[in-house]
Amino acid sequence: METVTLTIKKAPTLYLEAEATTPDALAGKSLDQIRALPVYMGNEEFTLGEFFEIAGAPGATAADTRVVVKGDVSRVKYLGMKMSAGELVIESNADMYVGAWMTGGTITAKGNVDSFAGTGMKGGELTIMGNAGNYIGSAYRGDWRGMQGGRIRVKGNVGSDTGYFMNGGEIVIEGNADVHVGTHAEGGKIVIKGNAKSRLGGQMVEGTIVLLGTVDVMMPGFKYVRDEEIEVDGEKMTLSLYVGDLGERHRKRKGEPIYGKLYLRPVKAGEDAAAREARLARAREAKKARFAPPEGSASA
Amino acid sequence: MAEYLIKNGFVFDPVTGVKGDKKDIAVKDGKIVDSVSSSAKVYDASGKTVMAGAVEVHAHVAGPKVNEGRNYRPEDKLFGTRAGVNGMRTTGGFSIPTTFKTGYAYAQMGYTVVMEAAMPPLYARHVHEEIRDTPIIDEGAFPVFGNNWFVLEYLKNNELENTAAYISWLLRATKGYAVKVVNPGGTEAWAWGLNCLSVNDPVPYFDITPAQIVKGLIEANEYLGLPHSMHIHANNLGNPGNYTTTLDTFRLNEGFKANNRFGREQTMHHTHVQFHSYGGDNWGNFESKSDAIMDYVNAHPNLTIDTGNVTLDETTTMTADGPFEHHLTELNHLKWANVDVELETAAGIVPYVYSPDIKVCAIQWAIGLELALLAKDPMRCFITTDHPNAGPFTRYPRIIKWLMSKEAREERLTTFKHADKVISATHLHGLDRELSFYEIAQMTRAGPAKALGLMGTYGGLAPGMDADVVVYDINPEASFTPDQIEQAFTAAALVIKTGVPVVENGVVINNGNKRTLWVDAKVNENPQVLRDVEEKFLKYYSVSLNNYEVKGGHYIPNPYAIEVDATQ
Amino acid sequence: MAKTVTDVICPFCGTLCDDLEVQVSDDGTKILEVYNACAIGAEKFLHSQAKDRITRPRMQQEDGSYKEVSYDDAIEYTAQMLANAKKPLMYGWSSTSCEAQSVGHEIAETVGGVVDNTATVCHGSSLIAIQDVGIPSCTLGEIKNRADVVVFWGCNPSHAHPRHLSRYSIFPRGFFTGKGHKGRKMIVVDPRNTDTMKMADIGLQLEQGRDYELLSALRVAFRGEDLPDVVAGISKERIFEAAEVLKNARFGVIFFGMGVTQTLGKNHNIDEAIMVTKDLNEFTKFSIIAMRGHYNVTGSGAVLGWQFGFPFATDLSRGFARYNPGETTSNDLLRRDEVDAVFVLGSDPGAHFPISSVRKIARLPSVAVDPHITPTTEISKLHVPVAFVGVEVGGCCYRMDNGPSESRKVVEPPEGMMTDAEFLSRVRDRVGELKGKAPVGSPSTAQVQGA
Repeated sequence: METVTLTIKKAPTLYLEAEATTPDALAGKSLDQIRALPVYMGNEEFTLGEFFEIAGAPGATAADTRVVVKGDVSRVKYLGMKMSAGELVIESNADMYVGAWMTGGTITAKGNVDSFAGTGMKGGELTIMGNAGNYIGSAYRGDWRGMQGGRIRVKGNVGSDTGYFMNGGEIVIEGNADVHVGTHAEGGKIVIKGNAKSRLGGQMVEGTIVLLGTVDVMMPGFKYVRDEEIEVDGEKMTLSLYVGDLGERHRKRKGEPIYGKLYLRPVKAGEDAAAREARLARAREAKKARFAPPEGSASA
Repeated sequence: MAEYLIKNGFVFDPVTGVKGDKKDIAVKDGKIVDSVSSSAKVYDASGKTVMAGAVEVHAHVAGPKVNEGRNYRPEDKLFGTRAGVNGMRTTGGFSIPTTFKTGYAYAQMGYTVVMEAAMPPLYARHVHEEIRDTPIIDEGAFPVFGNNWFVLEYLKNNELENTAAYISWLLRATKGYAVKVVNPGGTEAWAWGLNCLSVNDPVPYFDITPAQIVKGLIEANEYLGLPHSMHIHANNLGNPGNYTTTLDTFRLNEGFKANNRFGREQTMHHTHVQFHSYGGDNWGNFESKSDAIMDYVNAHPNLTIDTGNVTLDETTTMTADGPFEHHLTELNHLKWANVDVELETAAGIVPYVYSPDIKVCAIQWAIGLELALLAKDPMRCFITTDHPNAGPFTRYPRIIKWLMSKEAREERLTTFKHADKVISATHLHGLDRELSFYEIAQMTRAGPAKALGLMGTYGGLAPGMDADVVVYDINPEASFTPDQIEQAFTAAALVIKTGVPVVENGVVINNGNKRTLWVDAKVNENPQVLRDVEEKFLKYYSVSLNNYEVKGGHYIPNPYAIEVDATQ
Repeated sequence: MAKTVTDVICPFCGTLCDDLEVQVSDDGTKILEVYNACAIGAEKFLHSQAKDRITRPRMQQEDGSYKEVSYDDAIEYTAQMLANAKKPLMYGWSSTSCEAQSVGHEIAETVGGVVDNTATVCHGSSLIAIQDVGIPSCTLGEIKNRADVVVFWGCNPSHAHPRHLSRYSIFPRGFFTGKGHKGRKMIVVDPRNTDTMKMADIGLQLEQGRDYELLSALRVAFRGEDLPDVVAGISKERIFEAAEVLKNARFGVIFFGMGVTQTLGKNHNIDEAIMVTKDLNEFTKFSIIAMRGHYNVTGSGAVLGWQFGFPFATDLSRGFARYNPGETTSNDLLRRDEVDAVFVLGSDPGAHFPISSVRKIARLPSVAVDPHITPTTEISKLHVPVAFVGVEVGGCCYRMDNGPSESRKVVEPPEGMMTDAEFLSRVRDRVGELKGKAPVGSPSTAQVQGA
């Protein structure tokens, strides 16, 4: 694998859009060709060479190319966007859209990244050593097809809306997460090792969320099922399985609805067992009530 | 205005009956003429195909539901917007393009006239604002009548003259072009969450049937002698087994004869018939009934149709058939927008993915093509996608390819995931017909222009007609591949719109001189209708009567009013 | 003698009442009286009559004082500022006509700017939710004619949309609602005991910031599943009771406002409220409508939609349109220092934006176009006063249910004052010259200059 190093030499006055920095964009090009690639600041176009010192050489294909970005690129957007293969290493903090719409390859961001990292991701691996902003591994506005594959790992904390409309792949947050994790998820798996805030799994249709820390307010539409031993990020542990969101639609398999799964640390026995019993009794009552369809309901 | 001479092209023009002869077309002051002076700008069309500008009979391109579709689908534009260059505006959108893209994309394919198929009267201003902002193409809009309270009440009492007077009033108030009917009665029923699935299902409260509405509106349309006929989207759209409802609807048209001064012969235009030609009684035994439908159409000259071809794309469905869209969102669970419009109509929107891997979608694709291939009279069957419902209008070149090349459609048909099942549920595999350039000109130019009552102006190359001339870079006398057909119709070599070159070598070079078509139908003064209008606005509308009419001005900066005199 | 202009459209809030009557002096220069309007609507008309009204552009001097300049100078300054910026923010657009908005968009396209409207601090979250899950809705006349269950969630029309209850939602007698308010059940959900809540048949005073949970609980209840004993501070019995009332409506509607759009979760609250509405359509007929604020913010979203495809926050810096709230929204652009000039028309960010954003505006080259002196004009380098749209010049505007109207000119503006559309058209022509870009043929908006 060949390496190209891009070292930022002057800070943009506003910010920079630099989508042409992926292994896909650089592979097979001469250094002069790479220097001539466009970057944008507002309505003005510049060349990559005006903002970056470029050294090394790319491989013939994206898969053979490693791109190392050095210096403060905290105002540079679109790093690793739509990347399909190869490797991208960002040595410092980066701006929005790191690894957005990526389909393959690996990205390592050694600092923090801003929002929209891994938007619409389909494959590959994205590792963020610091914190990440909002909408990590989420869908673009209006799309019901969010993250569909690949893996995202954030060592630090994340903002809100992680895994919004997630359909597949895996997100591991080693720190804490802000509100709305896995909202509208229809697949995939999100692991939060720290704490979560409210709206965890709201409107979840399918998929899995594992929370090892605490959540301040539970969604009303999740019900306890049983304790299960599962593997979490390579480690086996026994957690309590809740299913939901009971307010959402759910498809059925063999007549049984398929729910989203939420795993939480088991609460202390004793008091919990009684509460659980009461809840199950209420659920049985509710089930009975369902046999009498509400008046005027559509026969569909 | 300048003069132009398009020389030596192979001309296909059903209006003058020219079938591929080498001919020059002369243009002066926006009109086709016999000859021009030597100072005319000459375009060499040798080895190329020349046709009149194409005429779109039914598309959803402007107005509230189209715009809601745009605004609620940012993902339809992701990475799909382009900067405007050379004095053109910025463009964007795949299934629901912006107004600028709509105008440019139609023009690039050689379309110069487009009819917006469903205008909610209360939102007419919005429709006209969008039409105004759609460059190049001439456009008109069809206000919807089939669930309008005035119409329901008048027709329940068989008040033909009042119905006609109200139509005349509403066409003027909305600057509308024709009488559109969508799911007659069913959309009013939808205001209570209900529907009318057959022509005999009574409308809740109003106690009238869809059959009465349809017959009454045909009668009123011919009483007025409007340029276009009653234009209908029948009940029970999109459901397995609905072809019987479609035939029932067709039969309501029996015995009517066209009465107008525009040369129109049909009294019913049924739109997007593909969605109405389904057999079976569930999605498992879903099958094509295009044969039964086209047998009827072929035998009844007072009926025209358009196809509504499924293009196998991800698109956005939108229709004034409110209950259908609710049904659809219950099937595919994608985002659903709905608007019920007081006293008038409703509309719904749901994105839809026509996947070649889904059997039903592939059958729908086949049915649309079968309709055109089974049509005995290409002057009565027009190509549409019911844009964007069955696919975006930008796919017309691909549909033309499938219709002109058995090889191209066989390649598609036999590689479906469920090819065997699709072939056995449809007739397409057994159809060898390949449409000619002349038949394509009938189905996309002369035919729709005639049906719209515009045959003197659009859709042909006879001297005196508007100079809408298109040159396609394809030689009908040489051999060409199916893909070359698609390519040629995608980006015309030259488009002249009302005498102004707007596209050259597939590139839009001018924002044109667009006009807004509407029909000004005069009737005897009808005090009862005026009284009813005043009363309904006072009691039931949420806007004042004086704020309802679209008065023209900056909404319609360049009007083209077609006058009809139905006073007696 | 005075004359009366009837059927006047009120250019204040998104209710867009169109039955105002305005009495004007015979020479058409003075408004004498405004009938049928609410207090805030009437005030909008009377404001235009202020004696000390600014009628010419004024430029802020280094010492903070103002110097009157000509409209020509103001046009030149504005055009230069926009043409020289790398990424100008063009914000506002909600209290002006669609024609003016359209010309503004041409300018933004020519210079490569960002167009954003007041939805960005108001119902933008609703627009995001609609993009995610759609919206089943209807016109306000449908409510009047059919609705028997009316929900106000996080909004207080008694104060913010004063005539809403009487014209459309609670009191009017319509075709199928001959009993007026006696035939309607009114449900109000709000953390505060508002004046609207005091009128309610069912008032749910929920815990602040827990709208999402309560909406979710309603959906759980519709599906006949069990609930925790208390959600969002409301007992499950009351939630089940409310769910029954909603399900048994003949025609229901939810109106919602800033109480849900700008509190924790923002778009998700609307998203869940829309899903509540969608679920209810499996039982009966239900609609949901946003209580839009500025009278033509809806129109701004509409024009942006048909021209570029997005309802607000449209970034045209690279010539093509991009949209992503969180990035292309005004406060994010200001917070992140992504813009280098600010143009404001038809809104008052100085009053509505967070102070951190207002400080950023104050530091940048800036132009504010507004008939009034506002907090925004006070921090802008150039203030361009214009005629009041909907009072001194007409134009298209869209009601909260997306219904378009043509507002009326009632009186003449003070002599020599420009309208929004006139000022913008001149700026458009000038930036076209500066950037070497002019339209070929007639892209339609060119035909409505000075409308």
